Formats: sequence, C-alpha cells, structure tokens
Amino acid sequence: MTIRRAKPDAHDITCRQAVALMTDYLDGALGPDDCALMEAHLAECESCAEHLRQIRITVAVTGRIREEDLDPAIREDLMDLYRRWRSDRDK
Amino acid sequence: MRLTITTDPEGQRGCSPLDSDEGELLARLRAGDEDAFAGLVDRHHAAMVRLARGYVRSAAVAEEVAQDAWLGLLRGLDRFEGRSSLRTWLFRIVVNRAISAGLHERQHLPVDDSELQEDRGRFSQDGWWITPPVHWADEAVDRMVAPELAAQVRQLVAELPDAQRQVVTLRDVEGLPSADVCSILGISEGNQRVLLHRARARIRRHLEQEAVW
Repeated sequence: MTIRRAKPDAHDITCRQAVALMTDYLDGALGPDDCALMEAHLAECESCAEHLRQIRITVAVTGRIREEDLDPAIREDLMDLYRRWRSDRDK
Repeated sequence: MRLTITTDPEGQRGCSPLDSDEGELLARLRAGDEDAFAGLVDRHHAAMVRLARGYVRSAAVAEEVAQDAWLGLLRGLDRFEGRSSLRTWLFRIVVNRAISAGLHERQHLPVDDSELQEDRGRFSQDGWWITPPVHWADEAVDRMVAPELAAQVRQLVAELPDAQRQVVTLRDVEGLPSADVCSILGISEGNQRVLLHRARARIRRHLEQEAVW
C-alpha cells in the first residue's frame, strides 16, 4: 500500500482492506504507515473493530484445543528409545 | 474485557540463543537424565504428531514419524549447537522426516481459490461492509472454555487444507512465533501469514455460525 497522508483517516483504507490486513497487523508485520492507517480505521469503524475482536477470540479458542494426554504405552516406548540410545552411547 | 493475544509479534521466543533453562535441559539430556527426556516427551510429543498429520493422512504413520523424529533428536544431540530452540529443531526434524520419507507430497502453498470466495458478498465493490459482522466477541469470551467448543474447533482444524493446518497448528495451537514456524515449515513469512489468515477466517466463520453465544 502506498497511500501516504500526514494524518491517516478512517477512509484511507476500506473495510475489505482492513480485514485483509488483520493477520499482518496482529503479527506486527505492518510498516508504520500501514499500521497507522489500520489503527485510524479501527478507531472509527466499529464493524472492523468487532471483526478484529472476533479474530482474537478465534486465536484464543484455537489455542485451547491441545490434547496433551499421551498414551502410556507410547511414552514407555519413547523412554525405551532413550535408554537404548544412552546405553549404546555409553558402550 | 479484552483478551490477551497469544501470538508473539517480536518472534523472539525460540530465536534467541539458548536461555539458561534450555542449556540446562540440554546438559541433562546429554547426561542421560530420564526425567529430562520424559519431560520433553510430555511437552512435545502430541504436538509433533499433530504436526506430522499435516503431511501424512494416517494417524499411525504420523505417530511413526514423530517417534522417528525422537530418534533423530537423540542421534543429533551431541552435535546440536543451539542456534534454534530445542523445540524448533525437534519440529524441523519432524517435518523433514515426514517429507523425506516420501510419505506424502509436499503440499502446494496457497492455491485454493475457494478460500478467496469466503468474503464474497460481505463487501461492496468499493470495499465497505455490506454484511457487517454480527457482534458476538464480547459474549464469546465467557464461553470459549467450553469443552464442546474445543472439540468442534479441533475437528475443524483437522479438516483444513494441509498447508493451512500446518501453519495454524504451529502458530495458534502450539503458540510458536512466526519466525520459528517459517523455519520449521520452510516457507516465507508472507506465505505463512496468508495461510494463517485463511485458517483463522475459516475458524472464525465456524464460531460465528455454530457456536451458541
């Protein structure tokens, strides 16, 4: 994006552009100019601000789907692997 | 109420030189400390299997790839110099094993045009909302811990196109920083964000449609 103005305005980018840039925005990957445009837009556009909140919720919900329970038999297999590695190395 | 984002924009985790905890863990592993290895297995094995599933279709093969990666880690342990975090290294071994075993063709990066259609109808031709998002973010905060929601999202992630699943699994499920994910998957930052964007859009849409807020 090459739009440059002294003072970013909510209408410098469209809602479609704002939505398209949200992942970059959350990653801190926007340059300072684009970041300013984005923030000016978000400050004025409640729908885009809501969309961004929903993306944040989405990230948070996705972060909760980890399944940590490890099959004890697999864990034991891996521990055997480690013991074999150790004894081979120490021979 | 605001949620704290779990991404790490600085991308520093795992990229910095070994911190002292990790250095100590490495020393214990090399010394043959079973507790150290067990801790590592408990922390990462499930994630490794999930990652391998991005490359192979069968759960059994993904499990084999992950187990094989542990062997790779042990064999390389004495030579590991800590230029990446142990986790990044381990995950990279998983990816390499999954690919080099020839188990599955490397997925093409974004080509799925159906993804681009998701926003059709939401914006006018000049780019403003026609159908603005229904408000549910605030209501969702209280209910996002519901186990049935996790089950739905887990299923949704499993059904994503491979490349999207790989990226969203590492970024949003495992919480890895962008730079590590690019290094593990061998893709550019830009490509990674396109894939992440699409995966998140799809999950967001599901939350909007399916979840009862």
